[in-house]
Amino acid sequence: MEKFDKLTGVAAPLNMINVDTDMIIPKQFLKTIKRSGLGKHLFDEMRYDDDGKEQPDFVLNKPQYRDAKILVCGDNFGCGSSREHAPWAIADFGIRCVIAPSFADIFYNNCFKNGILPIALPQDQIDLLMDDAERGANAIIEIDLENQTIKGPDGGTLSFEIDAARKQALLEGLDEIGVTLEAEKNITEFEKNRASAQPWL
Amino acid sequence: MSLRTLYDKIWDAHIVSEQEGGTTILYIDRHLVHEVTSPQAFEGLRLAGRKVRHPERTLAVPDHNVPTTDRSAGISDPESKLQIDTLLDNCATFGVEIYPMEDIRQGIVHVTGPEQGFTLPGATIVCGDSHTSTHGAFGSLAFGIGTSEVEHVLATQTLISQRSKNMRVRVDGELPHGVTAKDMALAIIGKIGTAGGTGYVIEYAGEAVEALTMEGRMTLCNMTIEAGARAGLVAPDQKTFDYLMGRPKAPKAGAWEMAVSEWSKLSSDDGAHFDHEIVLKAQDIAPLITWGTSPEQVLPITSAVPDPSAIDDAGKKEAAERALAYMGLTPGTPLTEVPVDKVFIGSCTNGRIEDLRAAAAVTKDQKVAAHVNAIVVPGSGLVKEQAEAEGLDKIFLEAGFEWREPGCSMCLAMNADKLAPGERCASTSNRNFEGRQGKGGRTHLMSPAMAVAAAISGHLADVRDYQVRD
Ligand code: SF4
Repeated sequence: MEKFDKLTGVAAPLNMINVDTDMIIPKQFLKTIKRSGLGKHLFDEMRYDDDGKEQPDFVLNKPQYRDAKILVCGDNFGCGSSREHAPWAIADFGIRCVIAPSFADIFYNNCFKNGILPIALPQDQIDLLMDDAERGANAIIEIDLENQTIKGPDGGTLSFEIDAARKQALLEGLDEIGVTLEAEKNITEFEKNRASAQPWL
Repeated sequence: MSLRTLYDKIWDAHIVSEQEGGTTILYIDRHLVHEVTSPQAFEGLRLAGRKVRHPERTLAVPDHNVPTTDRSAGISDPESKLQIDTLLDNCATFGVEIYPMEDIRQGIVHVTGPEQGFTLPGATIVCGDSHTSTHGAFGSLAFGIGTSEVEHVLATQTLISQRSKNMRVRVDGELPHGVTAKDMALAIIGKIGTAGGTGYVIEYAGEAVEALTMEGRMTLCNMTIEAGARAGLVAPDQKTFDYLMGRPKAPKAGAWEMAVSEWSKLSSDDGAHFDHEIVLKAQDIAPLITWGTSPEQVLPITSAVPDPSAIDDAGKKEAAERALAYMGLTPGTPLTEVPVDKVFIGSCTNGRIEDLRAAAAVTKDQKVAAHVNAIVVPGSGLVKEQAEAEGLDKIFLEAGFEWREPGCSMCLAMNADKLAPGERCASTSNRNFEGRQGKGGRTHLMSPAMAVAAAISGHLADVRDYQVRD
């Protein structure tokens, strides 16, 4: 997995609540058997019209946000389907950090598996960042995972919370399966006990 | 030992190891796999030269992409075919059991698992699918995971996870006539909102929950994810054991008695702490219907389309305006005056035999309105077989419904079953998101009986106005 330590870039404002994973990547793109190449379909139904032409009003189609690396969103971002195609599409577009008042659990987990940092902040701080993001291409935001800070374009700094183990995994770009398999002894032990206590499982 | 909830008990029994800060390696007893969220996971295993640790704890079934019309010519959509063939190949390579499309046991993964007795009380069950919460109806800790986690479970039979908080939702009393488990689920989502359960596992309790059949409990737990909670739970009881006894993958005689005595211990201790608790009165629940594009945008069928200007919360007001524009609805219109174009009865929420029986009871001797296209899609091959044995297919066909092959179908429209832009559907599925049933399609969620009432009348309708015939 790609490491995440610092990120500097433009933040795109997506001021909607309950953005679901069907919106992030509609089902017609779930027929792929690959992880790559989904960025062009990110937010497909809002981003393109019926003929596949870009909708100029949609935030990621505006010139100032085409290279956005950060997304500032409304409450309950990523609800609905568990599809990891959602973070795959976000990462493939070039966005590495999503900031929202709250996230749906599965989406939140999926971000960490793909080198994306999801940051949950109280609504008043989101409002500040949303204002910053509205200002466009010159409003650069800096994220520092090690120090857990977000620096806005005017120099103001916010701090955020993150679980220590997840932070470490992102900073190091860990192969989680490899790490778990280092504890294989414990798994085998667990299975032995389980087999005698609940043989039907 | 301190008092524990049902969730705590199952969680504790599956801890392989726990780090400081609560990150846990959690043992996974059962893993369900379908074609959409697994190809990249198997690919990952292949690239790293890893095996499936316990193929026998893994069960695969294609469901999202399968055609629900005549299957004799195979799958015509090349991408769907590739995805399903890839699943077949991966299962053959890694030694995982699969029920292919031609198998009578094939069906929606959350219908098939319980039906086979693969789903068991006290077990941890995962699947790359958010509606895995369905299996919580058996008192198993069941939740959806992403594809990277699917790969992790395949390789290690464990998951890196964190303990959730405990919420209890109690529904006291008795559901009124015409009100079902689906209405109960929608009522709860309407009350706590689609993010109300975020960070929690919900245990459902109270007389009205106990009174539900296993199918009803599955409907309730299925919708738990729409309330934002990762898993729903109902403590197992005699109904649970009766449902499971004799199922192909349930414990056999000998082990069965031992299993039942273990399962009987699976309930929250009296006085165990819940971080949050809500109580509903069953008699206050009416037949419900969603009017917007989020399952929390729900109202009794007797209401009118709401007026966003009356909503105080800015975010909710904006969401309501956007939803009404998308849904093509005008504030103040009685819901029962909203015409429908399509009716979909099926999905992992309401595609089980009991759902089809409830739908058939309202359908009998009626006709689907001339302008409505209505389909019934059984949740599995076995549900279909059972329904046909009971003659339900004839009731539906005589009324003008189409009778289909099992699969996810119009729940998410990955196969040919979908809405055209602007088409309005009365649907027994679980998500009314924009574009969920087809780009521009408009979905109203409801119970199977309510969907039939809509099919017959041609508009959203109150099932209580329709005679249920035996
Ligand atoms: S029926 Fe719908 S919700 Fe259920 S598994 Fe299939 S697509 Fe998902």
